[in-house]
Amino acid sequence: MKNALLALAIFSSTLTALAQDKISIFPSVNIKSTDGKMINTNSFENDGNPIVVSFWATWCKPCAKELDAITEVYDDWQEETGVKVIAISIDDARNAVKVAPYANGKDWPFEIYLDSNSDLKRALNVNAIPHTFLLNSKNEIVWQHTSYFDGDEEELFEEIQKLK
Amino acid sequence: MKNLLSILVLCTGTLLAQSGQLSGNFQSDFQLYLEDEALDFNLENPSSGFPSERFLSNGFANIMYTNSNFSAGIRYEAYQNALLGYPSGYKGEGITYRYAQFSKNGLDVTVGNFYEQFGSGMILRAYEERNLGYDNAFDGIRLKYSPLKGVYLKSLVGRQRLFFDKGEGLVRGVDGEVSLNEAFVGLNEIKTQVLLGASFVSKYQKDLNPAYNLPENVGSWASRMSVNHRRWNFNSEYVHKYNDPSAVNNYIYKTGNALLMSGSYSKRGFGLSLAAKRIDNMDYRSERDQNLQNLIINYLPALTKQHAYTLATIYPYGTITTGEMGLQAELNYKVKKGSRLGGKYGMGVLANFSNVYAIDKQQIDAFTPLDSTGTLGYSSDFFKVGEEKYFQEFSIELSKKVNKKLKFIGTYINTEYNSAAIVGYSYHGMIYSDIFVLETQYKIKSKHSIRTEIQHLSTEQHEGNWVMGLAEYTISPHYFFAVQNLYNYGNTDKKISYPTVSAGYNKGTSRFALSYGKQRAGIFCVGGVCRNVPASNGLSLSITSSF
Repeated sequence: MKNALLALAIFSSTLTALAQDKISIFPSVNIKSTDGKMINTNSFENDGNPIVVSFWATWCKPCAKELDAITEVYDDWQEETGVKVIAISIDDARNAVKVAPYANGKDWPFEIYLDSNSDLKRALNVNAIPHTFLLNSKNEIVWQHTSYFDGDEEELFEEIQKLK
Repeated sequence: MKNLLSILVLCTGTLLAQSGQLSGNFQSDFQLYLEDEALDFNLENPSSGFPSERFLSNGFANIMYTNSNFSAGIRYEAYQNALLGYPSGYKGEGITYRYAQFSKNGLDVTVGNFYEQFGSGMILRAYEERNLGYDNAFDGIRLKYSPLKGVYLKSLVGRQRLFFDKGEGLVRGVDGEVSLNEAFVGLNEIKTQVLLGASFVSKYQKDLNPAYNLPENVGSWASRMSVNHRRWNFNSEYVHKYNDPSAVNNYIYKTGNALLMSGSYSKRGFGLSLAAKRIDNMDYRSERDQNLQNLIINYLPALTKQHAYTLATIYPYGTITTGEMGLQAELNYKVKKGSRLGGKYGMGVLANFSNVYAIDKQQIDAFTPLDSTGTLGYSSDFFKVGEEKYFQEFSIELSKKVNKKLKFIGTYINTEYNSAAIVGYSYHGMIYSDIFVLETQYKIKSKHSIRTEIQHLSTEQHEGNWVMGLAEYTISPHYFFAVQNLYNYGNTDKKISYPTVSAGYNKGTSRFALSYGKQRAGIFCVGGVCRNVPASNGLSLSITSSF
């Protein structure tokens, strides 16, 4: 009975919150830049243009596919919408040293950060990677998507264009 | 319970009154197991693991509330009953994680459950790998404080999660990190970035052992440094642990230590990284009698490549926490567009080499065998490599886009796997294997793609040769269909094939995946520990979502 009551309380508050506002603010969490500096995610900015935040890891094949696909069209995307892509690696100490060489070796033109104990991943309720978020000029999450299939970047770009 | 309930209801009320934000996620996995003659997977054979329930499920949901500087959350988990291969401690259901956190004026306070990492994690790391059933979260209090720019302090006290319970040992820790360039104004503009850090961790557990006088408090300290200069990067961390007799080290009184060093150089189109480590008696748990993945305080990374192709995961390496030394080098290179090799789109090259050896171990005196309980165990020359090889691997991956529609990825992996040392297949000894993989990606039309994999593993040891084929059809952004088959044709005992068909649907943050077929028996490694999952046959459904 108590459990049922508890569940009901949580459920009702969830519903109320969902009904209130679908847009959520990007959480403030400390992550690291590839040169070791502590960065808080509330410092993400792009002159009022949209930001794409994509979670990846050096061992995640679909993640690399997604970022490779965006790399190919990135110049066009930036020209048209001014969008910036931030790629956040959840590699831990096993692979952390490989993150910058991997991203550079792939010639990815993105800002790269490390979330090596998955603090940001948890704060964003990411179940599995790849998982991609689109933020508007106020750093509010307006769209998100999990996993990657060939061509998914087209849907992402349509969402980016809606923000312009 | 009554108090907790009233607090929660009160909190909920407060939440509703204000304009906070709720978010969360959910995952549920169901599996219906089917009897299988070829795998001898049935009720009559209890050693096959066939569950008498026939239907098993795991699930969890996180719900988090945030309002400017405050956040709180809970996680509910249910194992009714746990899927095959999960640790047997996961049984039943309940709230396994709840916390409240606020931050103000540079001070960040967490009460309840939390995850944490000091430095690389070799001294302390609480984290979760939900799909492997690993979770050593703390329950206690954590403070983080940044007194000035570039200076970060952390402290924590807590007990660790053990399935639906907690370990008996207390863990206390402090950690500090300074970014010299940010902390000292004069260094702001210098191109060389230097970070220094140090930690101290101690655990307490009462000694009730009648035979030995065991240390009730076991301390450890670590220091670390990171230097970055333009394209160069260097990191190192050293950990020392005072004597810590435990079930894993056979109750020896030797101190432990670990060293991890890594460096990299990279620029657009080129990346090189090198890493080396030495681990000596560094298994560290908040209860000295625990084993497997239970109540581990620290994380000792395996410096070997983490593979994604199925056949390359048959022989995975897991850190041997009682002692090992190893090296790893990785090269990433993009052959330029327009060059003879690169062609129109360039070509990607990824090469990796790693090896792991035992550490040197000498008897402490002529009469005491190595690792004798109640002694110092052994002595070890820090710089001397042990005679036994645990692991060696070389791999190279070439990826080449032929035209706008077609891409090939070819991989070769050569592995030496000391199965006796890593997973205890003593009768198989060193397993030598060669793996070839050819992956093809073809874009049929806009949003429609097909991907195939052909893999082959050859070895004269253990289960012999394997071949695998996979075809996957995706329709962006919602659907995928896949068929695959693994065939262990080189097995002299039983040649078994493991066909599987699967399909999935994605929408936004929700994902539904259904699969039907056979699963091979396998080893899954996490942290320093590997776990065996039995072969099975069945129908599974997985649902994940977040909001």
